[in-house]
Order: sequence, then C-alpha cells, then structure tokens
Amino acid sequence: MSVDAVLTVLIAVMGGAIRVSTPFLFVSLGECITEKSGRINLGLEGTMVFGAMFGYAVSYHSGSPWLGVLAAGCSGVVFGAVHGLLCSLPRVNDTAIGISLIVLGLGLAYFFGKAYIQPTAPRLPSLDLGAWSDRPALRAALQVNVLFIVGAVLAFALHWAFANTRWGLQLRTVGDSADAARALGLSVARTRVMATAVGGFFGGVAGAYLSLYYPGSWNEALSSGQGVMAVALVIFARWRPLGCFRAALIFGGAGSIGPALQAVGIQAGYHLWNAAPYVLTLAIMLASTSKARAAIGAPGELSMTR
Amino acid sequence: MSTVQSVLAAAVRPVNASPAIRAWLVPIGSIIVGLLAFGVFVALLGRNPLEVYATIFEGGFASGFSWNNTLLRAAPLILTGLAVAIPAQAGLVVIGGEGALALGALAAAAVTVPLVPSLGATALVAGSIAGAAAGGAWFALAGFFRAYRGLNETISSLLLSYIAIAVFNHLVEGPLRDPASLNKPSTLPLPDSAMIGQIPWLDVHWGLVIGVVACVIAQLALSRSTQGFALRVAGGNPRAAMLVGLPVGALIVAACSLGGAAAGLAGAIEVMAVHSAASASVLAGYGTTGILVAFMARQQPLAIVPVAILMGGIAAAGSLLQRRLDLPDATTLVLQGLLFVAILAGEAFSPKERR
Repeated sequence: MSVDAVLTVLIAVMGGAIRVSTPFLFVSLGECITEKSGRINLGLEGTMVFGAMFGYAVSYHSGSPWLGVLAAGCSGVVFGAVHGLLCSLPRVNDTAIGISLIVLGLGLAYFFGKAYIQPTAPRLPSLDLGAWSDRPALRAALQVNVLFIVGAVLAFALHWAFANTRWGLQLRTVGDSADAARALGLSVARTRVMATAVGGFFGGVAGAYLSLYYPGSWNEALSSGQGVMAVALVIFARWRPLGCFRAALIFGGAGSIGPALQAVGIQAGYHLWNAAPYVLTLAIMLASTSKARAAIGAPGELSMTR
Repeated sequence: MSTVQSVLAAAVRPVNASPAIRAWLVPIGSIIVGLLAFGVFVALLGRNPLEVYATIFEGGFASGFSWNNTLLRAAPLILTGLAVAIPAQAGLVVIGGEGALALGALAAAAVTVPLVPSLGATALVAGSIAGAAAGGAWFALAGFFRAYRGLNETISSLLLSYIAIAVFNHLVEGPLRDPASLNKPSTLPLPDSAMIGQIPWLDVHWGLVIGVVACVIAQLALSRSTQGFALRVAGGNPRAAMLVGLPVGALIVAACSLGGAAAGLAGAIEVMAVHSAASASVLAGYGTTGILVAFMARQQPLAIVPVAILMGGIAAAGSLLQRRLDLPDATTLVLQGLLFVAILAGEAFSPKERR
C-alpha cells in the first residue's frame, strides 16, 4: 500500500469512528445511567429499533427530523419506564425482561414500520467541519452530525453531574447500596424507574440517528446489535460516561476498518473485519479483569456483576 | 417503602392459593394476560381479536399441516432453549446461542458433504458430533472466561456470538462458498438422499426427537446424577460448593460446553435436515428465541418442550395471518413479545423457589 492509501484508510477509519460511534455513544450513555441505579436494561436494542422507526415516521409526517429525534426519545421513555416498572416487581429477572422487550420492540417496530420502508423522510443535517481541506476523503470524514457533538457534550455533562449534583449522588447511592439509600430516605424503586426511563430516552435517540442520519433510512435490517452491545460497552467503560465516549469511538473506529479497506480496494476478510470491534472489546475486557477483581467500578447492586 | 413499590406490591399481592396450585395457575394466568394484551392491541388497530386468535390457532395447531409447520420450528428451539437452561443450573446466564448455532451449522456442512460419498448416512453422525463440538467449544470459552478470569458470561457469550457470526459469514461467502450459489451465498449442499429423514406419519425430521430426548436426558442427569447435583450446588451457593471441595470452575466450563453443544447440534440439524447447506437462512433467530423459551420454562429441561412448541406454533401462524387478514409478518413477533413479558413478569406472583 502506498503512503497515500494508508492515509486514506486512516482518514476513513477516523471518519467512520465519528459516524458509527454516535448511536453507540447515546445508547451506552443511556445504559450507563440505568446501570448506575443498579439495574440492567438489555432491552435497549428493542427501544432503539422502535425509536428508529418512530423517529423516521414522525420526521416523514412533520417534515422536521429534529421532531423525529424528540419523538424517538419519548418512545424510548415509554419502553424504559415499562422495563423499570416490571423489574420493580419481586423476583422478576431484569435480564430476561430486557430480552423480551427486545422481541416486543422489534415486533412493534416492524409491524408499524412496514409503511415507512418506501417513503423518504427528511434527514438530519451535518456540519461541514472539513471545508478548510482540499482533500475529499478528509472533507467526507469531517461531515459531523450535530448529534455526535451533543453526545460528546452530554458525556462530559454526565461525568460532572454524577460527581457533583444531588441527583447524581442519589443515583449512585441507590445503585451501590439499596439499604443505604433507604436509610437516607431515598426511594429506590422510583429512582431506578426514572433512571431506566431516562436511559430509554437515550436509546430512542440512538435509533433516530440510525434512521435519520447514518445509514439514513428505515428498514428491518437497520440495527446491527448496537443496543445489545451497550451493556458490554458500559462494562468496558467501567460505568463512567467519559469511558462510554472513548469506548464508542474505539468501537466505531474498529468497525470502520473493513469498509475503509474496501474503499481502497482491499476486499479480503471483509466479514472478518466486522468482528474487529467485538474481538477488541473481548480482549480489553479479558486483559482488565482477573479472578480476584472482577468488574472494577461496578455499582454494587448490579445483578450481572454480583 | 415508596409509592411506586407499594402500588406494585398491592397489585401483585399473591392470591390465596397453595404453592402447588399457584405453580400452575400463574403461568396459565400469565399466558391469558399476554393474549388479552395482544387482543387489545389488535382491537385498537380496528381488527376483530377473535378472528385473529382463531387464525393463529388455525395456522399453528388446527391441522396436520399446521402442526408440521409448528414442530419444524419447535425442533431447533428445544435445543437452543436447552443451551440456556443447562448453564442456568450453575447460575449462569449465557445468551450467545445464535453464534454457537452458526458454528454448529458451519461445522456440520463442512464435515458431512465430503464424507457422504464414502460413509453414507454415517456422515450425519459425524456432522452432528462436529456441530455439537463446535458449539460446545465456543460456549466453553465463555465458561472458561467466567471461571478463571471473572468475566461475566452473559457479556462474553454475546461478544463471542457476534464473532462467530462474522466467521460464519466470512466462510460462507468466501472459502467455503459453493461457486454455484450465485444470489444467496451458501456452502456446498448435501444431496437430498443424504439428509436426515422424516418421522413416519409426521412431516417433521428426526431432529425433533433428538431434541426431546436431549431434554429428557438433561432432566434426568440434573435430578438424579451426582454431577447434576454438584452443578446445582455450584449454582445455588458457589462458596458452599467450594467448601465441600467441588471443582466449581470445571463444573462451570462443563455446563457451558454442554449448553453450547445443544445449540451447535441445533445448527447442525437445521443444515442436515432442513436447509441442506449453511447459509444466512440458517440464522433465523432461534438462538435468541431459545433464551426466552428457557426462561419461560423456568430453566427446567422438560418444560422446554411444550414452551418451544407454543412459540413454534405462533411463529408458524405468521404466513396465514398475512395471507388471510393482511396483517404484517411481525404480528407474531408482537404476540411473542407480549407473552414473554407477561410470563416473565408473572414470576412475581409465583411461589418462592425452594432454593
């Protein structure tokens, strides 16, 4: 490969990291908020795909993609609240409820989405941050969607809020020790339902990004498991919002290697490169755990890491 | 106690019935609640719920033809359900069944096609073993990571599943691709004469029987054998298990690989009895639905069989719903989702488990 081709691949991977990471960023921030309260929501995949369909439909009928994003977020709140309420029941397994809400979310999205596979809805705009460059590949890579910037700001805001605000402290207390939270007079169930609902909002927005920006249309093969991966990314990020930002970028970048190589004519192992993000996540998680100290930084109430 | 919790607690205050009766009442009641919720959904769309129920029953369970369709879908679900239920005895939630199924399908396709000319039907045995071994080895990794690195098995099996599917796609569309498969990449097909046959009087392949037998064996092994007991002790109380000297790590790896073997066998049977080759159509989501089948069966191997048949029947009704009532295929997915949610939430009403 020539130097130029290497540069093209690197630029394409960087651009891909920004483009592909945005849904991962939102869905993992949502999962992070939920898990901080001591509960797992494996169902964000269903929330996300329903949000993708709903956001697309609202954008199509209203003509405003931003209204679509908002609508997708609100549909996510409904899914999150249902998950949160069901998991407040005694002896109900949050992992299993999450998987069943994936099935329900996909079912509802496909059911109502059939009518929106053909029509074209207005898409989200992007910022042309690469206008200064005369390199077409770089300009294409720096077409950055506003949602990416919003997500990055939110990651920093959440990082600050977890440490410095009243509700951040409340959330972490509930997540680390329900008994301590009760002793302080906090409502464990209400905090968790709220956290799951807010997490659902993020999941819905992630879906709207998929249908309204990249890949930018609604169909049944839209998601490639971003919602399920959120749970892995949050562990990878050690339950820190800034870690989620970093994890989403790494994951998006690793996922862009295959398409970037394909763009310069290297076809070999295209499907194997699709596994790159998962192999990388697994390797880093294996390297950072040991039998003695599993899951550093995990909220104490989390069923999955106890 | 908070308002939310007290309202919910009041709503679910257990009915005054003996535990034995509740153990039956609760799942049946949950199914009725799920069906009612689906009826409301259908009615809100301006359809007649009774007509939809009747069509689902007709498409899934009313005739010999629909039973064949149902059992054809139930066969892989029984094995993928077992893939979740066996590790669950050790307290593990392994959800990567789709990946183990993919590798099982791939291994069976790769092993049987070259062996059939010389071995005939014996090649199918080799294919089954290869499929089970591939799935078993894959899940064993998740067990190994859990037992010796402390990595959560739910997450690692999920990651492993995506990796397995990428390997599957790579091999099916690359090195193992049949050059004659133009539009739909697949491996070299088995000749029709070499495939797993049908059960007499039923248009369903013998894979169904294999699944049921596997469930019976698993149930007996768990309740009667020393190893099964050791596994349940390790799942119920790992510290106690270690104190009495049980090899907890080895038990975890063994339970995971047995589960993976079941999912791999499901993939192998799908190839050798239904699709004749490994292609994208083998990955129809049986691995994922199997997770819910196992949870609905409360991880009891024998209970998996009726649950898998119920889910298979609902899925089988999809095409009739589409043809007769012009409802989208996804209608059955909505019903499955509502049933899953209702049954899993119904756990709140059921008597406390003895362990």
